[in-house]
Amino acid sequence: MPLILGLETSCDETSAAIVADGRTILSNIISSQIDVHQKFGGVVPEIASRKHIENVIPVVDEALKTAGVNITDIDAIGVTYGPGLVGALLVGVAAAKSLAFATDKKLIGVNHLEGHIFANFLAHQHLEPPFVALVVSGGHTSLVYQKSYNEFELLGQTRDDAAGEAFDKIARVMQLPYPGGPFIDRLATEGNEDAISFPRAKTGDNYEFSFSGLKSAVLNYLNSAKQKSETVNNADVAASFQKAVVDVLVDKTIKAARKCAVNKVVLAGGVAANSKLRAELTAACAKVDRELYYPSLTLCSDNAAMIAARAFYKHQVGDWTDLRLNALPSLKLGEKKYFAEKR
Amino acid sequence: MLELITNQPEDTLRFGETMAAKLQAGDVICLSGDLGAGKTLLTQGIAAGMGTECSVTSPTFTIMQVYDDGRVPIYHFDLYRLDIRDELDNIGFEEYIGRDGVAIIEWADKFPAAMPKEYLWLEITIGKDSTERIIRITPAGERFIELCEELRVIADSCVRHSDVGL
Repeated sequence: MPLILGLETSCDETSAAIVADGRTILSNIISSQIDVHQKFGGVVPEIASRKHIENVIPVVDEALKTAGVNITDIDAIGVTYGPGLVGALLVGVAAAKSLAFATDKKLIGVNHLEGHIFANFLAHQHLEPPFVALVVSGGHTSLVYQKSYNEFELLGQTRDDAAGEAFDKIARVMQLPYPGGPFIDRLATEGNEDAISFPRAKTGDNYEFSFSGLKSAVLNYLNSAKQKSETVNNADVAASFQKAVVDVLVDKTIKAARKCAVNKVVLAGGVAANSKLRAELTAACAKVDRELYYPSLTLCSDNAAMIAARAFYKHQVGDWTDLRLNALPSLKLGEKKYFAEKR
Repeated sequence: MLELITNQPEDTLRFGETMAAKLQAGDVICLSGDLGAGKTLLTQGIAAGMGTECSVTSPTFTIMQVYDDGRVPIYHFDLYRLDIRDELDNIGFEEYIGRDGVAIIEWADKFPAAMPKEYLWLEITIGKDSTERIIRITPAGERFIELCEELRVIADSCVRHSDVGL
């Protein structure tokens, strides 16, 4: 029963976890930094990396303690090496390399986006590839065809803003707290989603997304109302904006599931916590006879258990890295950029 | 100073593409303008003109992206999420500026004092029409005054512009 220690420091959260067999969480410690960032209305990289340095060893200790295992019991260490904020990623990578070197353990470089998808293997014990995955977060919007545990095909991604980024930017203009997604989700429940007709991005017959035009349209609506001194119904704006984002995400995901002829659809990433997206995708999947899987709320946000789960399947096929592993802020899904370990 | 008006997003994109031909290693392009003004769009145009095949998206999340497969490398910054000037040091800002590539800095107005002495500043404002954009170009330093003049010439072929005088 291989035990993997996972480490994740790509953005806000410092997290360490112990996962057995890639499926069972023994511990998943997340030291949330949201409190610090709320004051600034965004992720502040300098603060992020300093907090990661302070947190990283305590969260590893806590993960081992909670799991009731010793560092010597671990089979391999998996760490996020991209994509993300370079200063934040470096802390996790340096910590994982030091631990691997000091304890003579295998080291595994994990792509953060792949990690998000693997959160679903922790939440659904019998889930297996192939499936189509929609990964939506503050930094990413990608449709992925996952053929096997270690084979990914990127079908399409955003051309400009990520879905979560659009949520955060609109929320900031509407003076909602950070991160904006959950607040828009909540506010939208009180509004009429058909009140304002915002545009759905037309990217053509492919699996790409674009949210920049929608963002401009919402800002335009808010600005022109302000100029005319009209009162804006914020709940209606939130609901109509959210509907526009969700419509496009659902539409392309279903199209991809049909094209790849898979009967499973997987939702992953921070925006997978959005209640409207879950509801609409559930309904759409039911209509075309596809099964939808999504993780629990804790596993939607950044966490190390999903990194350990991803690392487990790389460990199985001996896909280790040597100590030259480096942080790669723009790492793409399915991309592998490290030196294979020779021992 | 040069002022251009683009009527639709495609014009802004095309202006960026045309502009790319005039850029060289070491150039610094500062961009400012409200959310949705078209800073990333203009950058996409410049990147396409440089011949990169990398997908150019908003770097708000990663703060910086590098496109190094074109004629000259592009360092694409987005300072939107930064609130303290010191954070620029943390991302190695100065190590990329004015060196072997073209630096494009979105939200440069957040830290004007941190910008180098010489640059081409493009401020994009939303016009009367929701798709209309006014691009105000201000050069600082000899190289960029010259570049601004070159842009004045090429602007004739792709967008409306008015001379505000230097």
